[in-house]
Amino acid sequence: MSVNITVFWIIIGCALVTLIPRILPFIIVRNIQLPPVAIKWLSFIPVCIFTALVADSLINKEADSLISMDWNVILALIPTILTALYTKSMAITVIVGVVCMAGIRFIM
Amino acid sequence: MLYKTDIHYNERMGGVMNVQLNSIYKEEVRPSFLEGVKDCVPTLIGYISIAIAMGIVGASSNLTVLEVGLLALFVYAGSAQFIICALLAAGSPISVIIFTTFIVNIRHFLLSMTLAPQFTSYSLLKNIGIGSLLTDESFGVAVNKLARKETINDTWMNGLNLTAYSVWVVSCVVGALLGKWIPNPEAFGLDFSLTAMFVALLVSLFQTIEHKKLKLYLFLIIIVTALMIGLSMFMPTYIAIIIATVIGATIGVVKDK
Repeated sequence: MSVNITVFWIIIGCALVTLIPRILPFIIVRNIQLPPVAIKWLSFIPVCIFTALVADSLINKEADSLISMDWNVILALIPTILTALYTKSMAITVIVGVVCMAGIRFIM
Repeated sequence: MLYKTDIHYNERMGGVMNVQLNSIYKEEVRPSFLEGVKDCVPTLIGYISIAIAMGIVGASSNLTVLEVGLLALFVYAGSAQFIICALLAAGSPISVIIFTTFIVNIRHFLLSMTLAPQFTSYSLLKNIGIGSLLTDESFGVAVNKLARKETINDTWMNGLNLTAYSVWVVSCVVGALLGKWIPNPEAFGLDFSLTAMFVALLVSLFQTIEHKKLKLYLFLIIIVTALMIGLSMFMPTYIAIIIATVIGATIGVVKDK
């Protein structure tokens, strides 16, 4: 059980740069009144960011070609979306998703 | 006399009604810490599987169990922790690792910006506390609760955040301990639990959208997905996430007249 000094400073540095974007808006928003158009803009952020995060997993980052999709993920996404729509349960969605992904990787 | 009693009676009833209304009002306005814990539970299976995968990757990047634990405790950001491990294993310099972590986590600015207006009435310290433990998932749970027209407050948010945080840190350590026996967590599909969790949060958000706005939101999903695929040809995807989200939300404002 030890902590390498370089790793220690990396952890401290990364902790600080992660904290800044997390807390800054909470400090700023206290002191200013957001205009309605900004509130409206923010109302679209949840759907957009979760779409972007799902899309992120579709993209194969290790491929050499300009653009490459991760077909295993696209395949696993179908039962996952259906489970989410049908059960409306996050836990069941995650279990079905993980099991499908493991199965697909095992077969492929 | 009768008249007076009536008034008295009415006052009493009014008083009782007020007390009842107040308690109903209070229950609605002040969801408890415990409710926050409960609302976190559905996300825990996702957190645990990702954190275990994270611990295994950490161990295979030659981090000690203590280092994996500290990383989870202080950085507490899934995707950043994975990237830190990958860069450490690749022997990247400290400056590159810290800068990359910053870029990957700028995304949190959008999450905090969206949620912060809900907490302006609380003290600065409480705001910093809520902000420092905000994750994609706790953000998702909170905006879903808001979208269902339920109220959120500081104690509920702390219940949600602290449950996720403690489970995350413990599971990362467990993963690091398991690392010796499981060299490749991807084979078990554990990494996919993150995507599955985002899908569930997205579907759940969709159920709260007004009918007439469904088309607009479906359009935004197509736009953001296309932007992600297009942009990621030229830039790392963690930057594409921010740009695609900002453009998507802007199109949303312009088209929603």
